[in-house]
Amino acid sequence: MVDDQLDKRLKDLGKRVRTAQAKRAERTGASGGGRGKPAEGMAVGIRITVEMIAGLAVGVCIGLYADKQLGTAPWLLILGFLLGAGASFANVLRTARELDARQARERQAAIDRARDE
Amino acid sequence: MAAAADGHGGGGGLDPLHQFEIYPILSINIGGYDVSFTNSSLWMVIAAVVAYLIISRGVGAGSLVPTRMQVVAETLYSTVANMVRDNVGDAGKKYFPFVFTLFMFVLFGNLLGMIPYSFTFTSHLAVTFAMAATIFVTITIIGIMRHGLHFFSLFFPAGAPLATAPILIPIEIISYLSRPVSLSVRLFANMMVGHTLLKVLGSFAVMMGAAGILPLGLLVGITALEFLVAALQAYVFTILTCIYLHDAIHLH
Repeated sequence: MVDDQLDKRLKDLGKRVRTAQAKRAERTGASGGGRGKPAEGMAVGIRITVEMIAGLAVGVCIGLYADKQLGTAPWLLILGFLLGAGASFANVLRTARELDARQARERQAAIDRARDE
Repeated sequence: MAAAADGHGGGGGLDPLHQFEIYPILSINIGGYDVSFTNSSLWMVIAAVVAYLIISRGVGAGSLVPTRMQVVAETLYSTVANMVRDNVGDAGKKYFPFVFTLFMFVLFGNLLGMIPYSFTFTSHLAVTFAMAATIFVTITIIGIMRHGLHFFSLFFPAGAPLATAPILIPIEIISYLSRPVSLSVRLFANMMVGHTLLKVLGSFAVMMGAAGILPLGLLVGITALEFLVAALQAYVFTILTCIYLHDAIHLH
């Protein structure tokens, strides 16, 4: 008897939670997915910036070091800079693609949850 | 951190970078190397102990209706478990302990740094780079052990024309080498920037007297944001480790 009541209450709660989740998914889905919170936007910004600098820094460092060892300044620095810039672009593109894929996955998951209801 | 700003800065000169100072608690010198136990080491030990206590106390009960601590422990566990499953796949299960330890260490390093008068060891490039370099070397070794020499096909994107190899391969190698740099700089920069900002605003609140209420209000918001950043950066650090692990295991 008590168990039945508890069961009913639990089911009721489950239903309420699911409706709220579906509503929320709808709302966030409409406003463009993961771009909701400012802190997350900042995290993405810093991530891309760092990605851009890191490749360039590594390329330049390798170029400078090789120049120092081989005495070919400034040619390897120039080469390192160009390759580093290329690596930076590759990094940024890869990051952007990955973020895109995650956003698409999240939106799909939200739609699936809403449809289940 | 906010409240620590004035007291820690010391008198009139409010130095926002003072909080990052490292001082030895126990001076140790082995073979000419300074391996002192510093405030940074102390907070690393505290982070490890707190993480251990939360997990062991949370899992210890293991009841159907969880206690608060159990919910915390289970949430942390399932967050990382899902992350590994989604980003690495089934092959990543083996490396879950490694990733989980990493996540807990960075998370508690970041969060404990939010306590006034504490020290944020993740705000030092030396610490984050040591972690990133360890991850980088470990993952490279995992990749080579799994694939042998085939691992180096990672440096040449499949399907690209062979003529582009002289340009693409150096670019891919530099891109690969830049991973530990970006991984460490990101965490360090986020923590350093946030904590410096808190101190600067904190000193404004002191200097401006009655009008200091304005920066104080801002400080409340930024402190909340800092908590979010602390958790988010631990998450990003771990998720990137997972992605690198995925690359090493599946090669693209």
